[in-house]
Amino acid sequence: MSGVEAPPDIRRAVAAVEDPELPFITIEDLGILRTVELEEDGRVLVTVTPTYSGCPATEVIRDSIIAALEMAGAPGARVRTVFSPAWSTDDITPAGRHKLEQAGIAPPRDVSQVLDLPILCPRCRDAATHIVSEFGSTACKALMVCDTCGEPFDHFKEL
Amino acid sequence: MVVSGPPQGAPEVEMDSHVAYVLRLGDDNLVLAQRMGEWISRGPDLEEDIALGNIALDHLGVARYLLTHAGDLEGRGRDEDTLAMGRSEREFYNLILCEQPNVDFAHTMARSLFIDAWQVPLWESLSASGDEVLAGIAQKAVKEARYHLRHSSTWVIRLGDGTDESHARMQAGIDRLWRFTGELFIEDEVDEDMVAEGVGIEPPALRPAWEATVGRVLSEANLERPEDAYVRVGGRRGYHGEHLGHLLSEMQWMSRAHPGAKW
Repeated sequence: MSGVEAPPDIRRAVAAVEDPELPFITIEDLGILRTVELEEDGRVLVTVTPTYSGCPATEVIRDSIIAALEMAGAPGARVRTVFSPAWSTDDITPAGRHKLEQAGIAPPRDVSQVLDLPILCPRCRDAATHIVSEFGSTACKALMVCDTCGEPFDHFKEL
Repeated sequence: MVVSGPPQGAPEVEMDSHVAYVLRLGDDNLVLAQRMGEWISRGPDLEEDIALGNIALDHLGVARYLLTHAGDLEGRGRDEDTLAMGRSEREFYNLILCEQPNVDFAHTMARSLFIDAWQVPLWESLSASGDEVLAGIAQKAVKEARYHLRHSSTWVIRLGDGTDESHARMQAGIDRLWRFTGELFIEDEVDEDMVAEGVGIEPPALRPAWEATVGRVLSEANLERPEDAYVRVGGRRGYHGEHLGHLLSEMQWMSRAHPGAKW
């Protein structure tokens, strides 16, 4: 692909698209937005990468990107999915991590330090937590409970 | 060891080796996704129901990427839907292990353990494939396969090392499915072509890693490793047992009843 970088307002319109399952977090926060380019014919080409292979949100995100660009005056955009390099939870931005915690979801730990870092309760920030199920409400989350304050919470699993 | 299956020789349907190679891996995941999906609303508890459904979704996602890629390589205009919904039983190339029925939760976990312990080294190796699309899919899939393995091995250990009832059922699942595991490591001309082209790997090379993982889990679960007495093969050439046809009739009935329907 030989596109040039899209203007900042176009990039911002795409970056603001929300994840349908975590609507307080954008695709930029999540780190799945790779590039926003202008093609030679003037159309926008957006490159994204999936979080999980079977993520049912993938198609909704694609449609939302196309709709956001229509609203921003750039109709007819194309959305391309790439697999390599594979997405990692390390790609979630600091802002994204903060938003997750605000929403009561323990953010993923640094992938290289999973064995060394505890999972903190997003409510009381205590490290005394334990896992209830490796699979929570969605594939990317595990169900945890805090031993100190009793809060059940989701943990965004490291991948 | 007795290897039982269809007569050896050239495949009846002429297909480019690269297309066949990708299609085989796609079919493994598609058929497995359908089987895992049968658990939805029947899981032993709510969390496990969601876990099984989410693992099914992972396999379905990988299957979609692989079938799309196979269709692109083939260049005859067949997309993921045509390949998933428009082929009959003899045109599916999944491992016979993948189509085995769920039976009970223990059997399902035995099947998952055997598949997951194989897919982890498979995707690790294919991450360096000369086929860049396949390598990308493998790099994605290996991360998921690792936690699938964590899931299945946890359950095999818990059930094997559990009550008399859970132990007996877990051992029955391992024993019943063992004869289908030999097919994971059989090499044929499609594999040879793909190794020569730098796209694929030699299936027997996955065996040491698989044996190590399965051996460790079975021993921790106080389960017996069955004898390698008999190996059932044929899936890679489209020869299946009685179960695949029933699975496909359920999976494909909608698109066959209403060809080309959209909503």
